[in-house]
Amino acid sequence: MTMTDPQAVSQPVERVSAKTRLKWLRDMMLIREFELRTMQAYQEAKIGGFCHVYIGQEACAVGCIAATNPDDPVITAYRDHGHALARGMEARYAMAEMFGKIGGCAKGKGGSMHFFDKRTHFYGGHAIVGGQTPIGAGLAFATRYENEVLGQGKKRVTLCFLGDGALNQGALHEAMNLCAILDLPCIFVVENNRYSMGTSIERGTSMADDLSTKAAAYGMPYFQADGMDVCAVYNVMKRVVDRMRSEQRPAFVEISTYRYKGHSMSDPQKYRTKDEVSEYEANDPIRRLADALIEAGSLNEDGFKELNQSVRDEVRDAIKWAEQSPEPDPATELYSDVVTEPFGAYGPTSLPEMCEHEPGEAPESP
Amino acid sequence: MGAAVATRQIQFREAIREAMSEEMRRDKRVFLMGEEVAQYQGAYKVSQGMLDEFGEKRVIDVPISENGFAGLGVGAAMMGLRPIIEFMSWSFSLVAADQILNNAPKMLYMSGGQFGCPVVFRGNDGAGGQLGSTHSWAVEGLFANVPGLRIVIPSTPYDAKGLLKTAIRCDDPVFFLESERMLGNKGPVPEEEYLIPFGKADIKRAGGDCTLVSFGRPVHFCLEAAEKLAEEGIECEVIDGRTIRPLDMDTIIESIRKTNYCVVVDQSWPFGSVASEVATQIYERAMDHLDNRVYRVCSDDVPAPYSKNLEQAMLPNPGKIIKAVRQAMYLE
Repeated sequence: MTMTDPQAVSQPVERVSAKTRLKWLRDMMLIREFELRTMQAYQEAKIGGFCHVYIGQEACAVGCIAATNPDDPVITAYRDHGHALARGMEARYAMAEMFGKIGGCAKGKGGSMHFFDKRTHFYGGHAIVGGQTPIGAGLAFATRYENEVLGQGKKRVTLCFLGDGALNQGALHEAMNLCAILDLPCIFVVENNRYSMGTSIERGTSMADDLSTKAAAYGMPYFQADGMDVCAVYNVMKRVVDRMRSEQRPAFVEISTYRYKGHSMSDPQKYRTKDEVSEYEANDPIRRLADALIEAGSLNEDGFKELNQSVRDEVRDAIKWAEQSPEPDPATELYSDVVTEPFGAYGPTSLPEMCEHEPGEAPESP
Repeated sequence: MGAAVATRQIQFREAIREAMSEEMRRDKRVFLMGEEVAQYQGAYKVSQGMLDEFGEKRVIDVPISENGFAGLGVGAAMMGLRPIIEFMSWSFSLVAADQILNNAPKMLYMSGGQFGCPVVFRGNDGAGGQLGSTHSWAVEGLFANVPGLRIVIPSTPYDAKGLLKTAIRCDDPVFFLESERMLGNKGPVPEEEYLIPFGKADIKRAGGDCTLVSFGRPVHFCLEAAEKLAEEGIECEVIDGRTIRPLDMDTIIESIRKTNYCVVVDQSWPFGSVASEVATQIYERAMDHLDNRVYRVCSDDVPAPYSKNLEQAMLPNPGKIIKAVRQAMYLE
């Protein structure tokens, strides 16, 4: 078996319609605008805790998720805003979550690093580096089990996003080994933005210049994509997703990308030069796609401005929603969702019935 | 209790196996995963024969990688399956702490009620087989600190079966603590189906002089101690909590109102233990009904030693319980 799969990577770029690429452009612009406003709101102390923005990496989430079906499970780590939006979570649920409001996707109980959205099969942002990867294996296990044991007759694949920092966590290697021996259709997507917090990949990861070795260790096909080009990401991912859907086994994808901002809002970024950041910014995935569409005559500067205005309006609406949404009421929310029956801290108030719990929906309005 | 009408005696391990098998027949979403649960027939033969009945898609061997397969159980549960994840020993679950303590119990809360985590983690808990300090954890004291999960700790085959069936149907993560020292114990278990609800303690022995509260294997030490004390005319009421989360304080308080004395027996370490919590809740709710302080009998505050005599010296036993009851009742 070939561990790396150069053939798949070198195949000619699949033609994607201008309409689809315009949608991707807007999706990426929405994430960018959302994150810029997030940074602003954080500086205004409207958002608390840690805050890790996704600026620069937009093509990864958009390109990968475009290659999936809407009911393929997606799970990611703590830099999750972009993945949630790319998956279709409404911006206002995302923003309100960061504001700690009841109108947030997790009623303000999760926060920036813990977005969840059942409606879009988004299984969460998870904030312990690498901790989401065994859960991703479990999502893939469940899709396979549903098909083979419960007979639901549908093949799904799981996208499990991780950063390059997670490459060095044992959890990932246990998850990859389990997926390999149990044939679980989990695609481990490494968004290699070169830094785990302030530690460069060269300082933290063995064989940093050839991550195919990580996949080879578990007999997984390995793919690589340029994360500054959404079409390239999509083309690689489309092939991987289609193949793993049919083969029902795991794969490993490395997407080379870069984050323009610090690890979190409190990062002074002394570990890298401004020139290095500028170099990547010059290759910006949004500008790159917009230029390509303009060159092909599918977009003009006015159209670009309109797109810009529409994502600004959407994010402005999200901020407004977040600001107007009430804070969760401690009287009802502090103790709800701890367990499916409200026992409280001091033992049972009622005996549990045999449970037929349906997890709740995110609230419709603040 | 229903066990009184049972006509057959089965082992603790058989009771667990029956609970799992019945639930797997009832609900195809239930599967069993763990080290050596399938081809080897279970490290302690708990799952013997289950691979034959349910096949390799539902009784699944996994490599020694607790963090990985515990997390797999969390993910599968978030998708609506009903995983039973066996830890050969709860001591080994400590390498899976991120999944079982940081993820499983918090998922429902973190997701604002969207994703439950109906997974059962089960296996052998506690010391007693000269296994040395790393294999001898009684994890209940440590794990009870975490909200969002259920902790079940049966002492008899009857309780084990009824509680495990409830655990598998529960929508929350359940930690089901067995004991390798009890797997061969026999007890009456009815043929017909039954469930035992969580949060309902069982009075294993009635008495009016002193209340003994315990969980899991030490319940048997309490019963032994109570028998000996009865010879002197001291009648102890032995309460088996059966579940630590939720904790049935009502039954305990009611007993103390009658006896006015209490000893709590706990096989985990004393500092911040289940016994400490029970004692504190007693003070909060029933101070006026106590004629002395609450006495605790826990494992000694040392890592579990290997040497047989040292290990026995560390663990709760009937002798220590008798002494505590005597002290509680001002008899020594």
